[in-house]
Amino acid sequence: MMNWSLAVPELVLACCGMAILLFGALMKRRETFHLASMLTIGAFLITAMLVIAGPHGLAYHGQFVADSFSGFVKLLVLAGSAFAVVASLDYNEHENLRRFEFPVLILFATVGMMLMASAVNLMTLYVGLELQSLSIYVLAAFARDQLRSSEAGLKYFVLGALASGLLLYGISLIYGFTGSMQFDQLARVLADPARVSPGLIVGIVFLVAGLAFKVSAVPFHMWTPDVYEGAPTPVTLLMGTSPKVAAMALLVRAMATPFGHLLGQWQQLIVLVSIASMLLGALAAIGQRNIKRLMAYSSIGHMGYVLIGLAAGTPAGIRGVLLYLVTYVFMSAGTFACILAMRRRGVMLEQIADLGGLGRRDPVLAMWLTVFMFSMAGIPPFSGFWAKYFIFTAAVQSGLWALAVIGVLTSVIGAYYYIRIIKVMYFDEPQEAFDPRPPSLSLLAAGSGLFTTLFFVFPAPFVGAAETAAKVLFG
Amino acid sequence: MNAAGFPVLSLVTWLPIVGCLVIMSIRGDEETVAANARWTALWTSLIVFVVSLVLWVRFDAADPGFQFVESAAWLPQWGITYKLGVDGISVLFVLLATLLTPICILASWESVRVRVREYMLAFLVLETMMVGMFAALDFVVFYMFFEGVLIPMYLIIGVWGGQRRVYAAMKFFLYTLAGSVLMLLALLAMWYQAGTTDIPTLLRTPFPAHMQTWLFLAFLASFAVKVPMWPVHTWLPDAHVEAPTAGSVILAGVLLKMGGYGFLRFSLPMLPIASAHLAPLMFTLSVVAVIYTSFVAFAQTDMKKLIAYSSVAHMGIVTIGIFTANMQGVSGAMFQMLSHGIVSAALFLCVGVVYDRVHTREIARYGGLADRMPAYAAVFMLFTMASIGLPGTSGFVGEFLVLVGAFQVNFWLAVLGSLGMILGAAYALWLYRRIIFGGITRDDLRAILDLSPREIAVFAPLAVLTLWMGVFPSSFSGFWDAAVGAMVERHQAALHLSTLLAAVTPQ
Repeated sequence: MMNWSLAVPELVLACCGMAILLFGALMKRRETFHLASMLTIGAFLITAMLVIAGPHGLAYHGQFVADSFSGFVKLLVLAGSAFAVVASLDYNEHENLRRFEFPVLILFATVGMMLMASAVNLMTLYVGLELQSLSIYVLAAFARDQLRSSEAGLKYFVLGALASGLLLYGISLIYGFTGSMQFDQLARVLADPARVSPGLIVGIVFLVAGLAFKVSAVPFHMWTPDVYEGAPTPVTLLMGTSPKVAAMALLVRAMATPFGHLLGQWQQLIVLVSIASMLLGALAAIGQRNIKRLMAYSSIGHMGYVLIGLAAGTPAGIRGVLLYLVTYVFMSAGTFACILAMRRRGVMLEQIADLGGLGRRDPVLAMWLTVFMFSMAGIPPFSGFWAKYFIFTAAVQSGLWALAVIGVLTSVIGAYYYIRIIKVMYFDEPQEAFDPRPPSLSLLAAGSGLFTTLFFVFPAPFVGAAETAAKVLFG
Repeated sequence: MNAAGFPVLSLVTWLPIVGCLVIMSIRGDEETVAANARWTALWTSLIVFVVSLVLWVRFDAADPGFQFVESAAWLPQWGITYKLGVDGISVLFVLLATLLTPICILASWESVRVRVREYMLAFLVLETMMVGMFAALDFVVFYMFFEGVLIPMYLIIGVWGGQRRVYAAMKFFLYTLAGSVLMLLALLAMWYQAGTTDIPTLLRTPFPAHMQTWLFLAFLASFAVKVPMWPVHTWLPDAHVEAPTAGSVILAGVLLKMGGYGFLRFSLPMLPIASAHLAPLMFTLSVVAVIYTSFVAFAQTDMKKLIAYSSVAHMGIVTIGIFTANMQGVSGAMFQMLSHGIVSAALFLCVGVVYDRVHTREIARYGGLADRMPAYAAVFMLFTMASIGLPGTSGFVGEFLVLVGAFQVNFWLAVLGSLGMILGAAYALWLYRRIIFGGITRDDLRAILDLSPREIAVFAPLAVLTLWMGVFPSSFSGFWDAAVGAMVERHQAALHLSTLLAAVTPQ
């Protein structure tokens, strides 16, 4: 069955992308950046509504699925991408990057991510992943006159190509040993333990390695600090939010659906990756002076926590993963909005020490950044606590005690560098004030700050939606 | 609905946040903002205190169960409810928190001059967290407030603290967090076992014996840091010394009680078997705390540090009392906690009075204050005596009851516990002698002023309470007699049951 109507959100978004591209190319004026950004945000909104209203089912001969899980992930991805566009408005204006291709590239990356969320075939998975990656390689090198940005783009591209290679190799092994790329067929075949061969396991390992690169989990994290630091900050915001969500969703679906019967095989792998990510994220971040690098290590650590949920391998675990991703997107978007506001006399700042005494110079910004830092450290009542709560619930339910204990202890180590930022803002001597903030950044910081603060008042709808989404995978 | 006819606990918990919103909306130059923030904070906390007095008046002391219970759906499918309520054990802690907050705000009226608005915000948020924690009847709600306390306290120590404030704030935060995350895992394990985080339900849920030990150790990690018990007490002297006066008051008065309250609310009634098995460990740690920290207190040259170490020793008496698990011991621990909440708070305020005038906490810098500050000397005398445990003051009743309870468990436990009291008398009196008596040797002390009316207003309620608790202890212990009695009875029954089970189980 073709049933292409299930893919209407993706189709509409892709068409909008091409239309905006044409519009930008045909208009000769310089102001196209702003307008293209607004149109992109509009396209995201329309797509989000289509996702919410869209029917569920299989399409394209079982290569594409629209279900509660993909819907949940797509909405989150759209939110993350929209945040990135909002954050770029002022930054690109100042850094002389006001080109209409910027939002369009974000848009195409988003199409790829949405495809990833809906992929139920290893080939669809790969196509979505590549569309996303190629757009982001370009975005990372978008400030092409800056050495750092070009270097980041190149590094990301070379290592990303390697990861794609690993992924493809894994896919070919899986196909070779089972004769299928369809998730449902794989699940049916692998229900019989006799069909599980060492070659297949090697294939799964390669698949996990390729996807671990995309979510920047240890030991495939090396690119993260450099690329985070080098890329233009709105692109870093993007990389820190929606691609992480999409890749994690992909990993979750790929592990839970076709290889659900092999939990015993891949669980140890995920546990190891998770522990390594949490430890590295906590320890390596301590010595960082640059806040973008710090955020890179912090994201590695957060991905470690998310993987705990996957390692649990239960609907409760996947629910934890989804909730963690929701809170994570808002926390990181907000944090990067604060980082983008760090500009003094027209020069962007990235050192943690530059935040000195912000509590006195700009109490509102300092308050939001404090909220995000406490939330990332997992201190209640902020949303980051709830994310950890649901993740650890799943770990405890599945009896992964060692993982849970290591998880909570690394969160204490992690708390050290988060509260160190608060210390710099409130306890240190004030420095010269930052330039006035543009309203777009204030809005982004306040919006995600309010979400992070008030999540505890209304967690039930989010938990309910995540639960519904998670159950789909265990149908 | 509850006995008050309106959600009094939610009101007491969240009203300070309303005050925060008001303070945040103040506009104007720095002086106006500071003055308005002070008054708003004072009025908010006074109103909260008055509202909380409903609990005192309407509390039914004969009922051992939870009262003023209110609940709202929060995460119903997952057994998590927003549920508040107090029983005889928690009701007076709520009142302690609402009483000490206005006192703290009044005490920092003049001593805090920078960033007054943020300071007052931090204190009001802190009040919400403290009250919510004592009133929580759901483990998740409890945990949320329990950890949430760290946020305002970290800022209070770090922003308005002394020389080494950054170190002290970091140490305070990380020590406490490390303890409480382990409790989070215990919470999840209990939730998994019982299917709910409702505290009254958990209190009736029997947990398997092997699980109890692990749960107990996880709770211990959290509460021992808060109490603090030896050897994890080292954050306390640092935090106390560096915190501003009002921060120390809240820290000693309320935050330390969170650990003792945790033991009473969770460890002892929910994990009776593990509590009985591990009681010797608890007694050992407590006795070491009582004796060792008393000696350490002797060696201090800093007034606040001395009182901080004395807090560790006094809380050691509390933990002895809790784990005797008999009526006298637990009742004494309750009394000791409340008394310490008032007396140590008052002692830190006493230090604050002279610190505001001379700007040093060095004991050697003082001497002969009785001559210039007779009222201060009298107030300081009263609280020193209460700290020692002089009959007629609040300190006596608690220590006496704990020792009676300890005698029933073990003779030597009681003897070693009382040794701590003797040492306590020695260092407290020595501190008093060095500061108040003797001749005035320093010039700047000759012109020192006695208590101002504002300071008298700060000390008066505490002094009245100290004497009241000493002379009519039953007007306080009456609140918890029924609840503690029921708890001790359940505890004994659970132990009895487990021995019976062990006897009939084939080996």
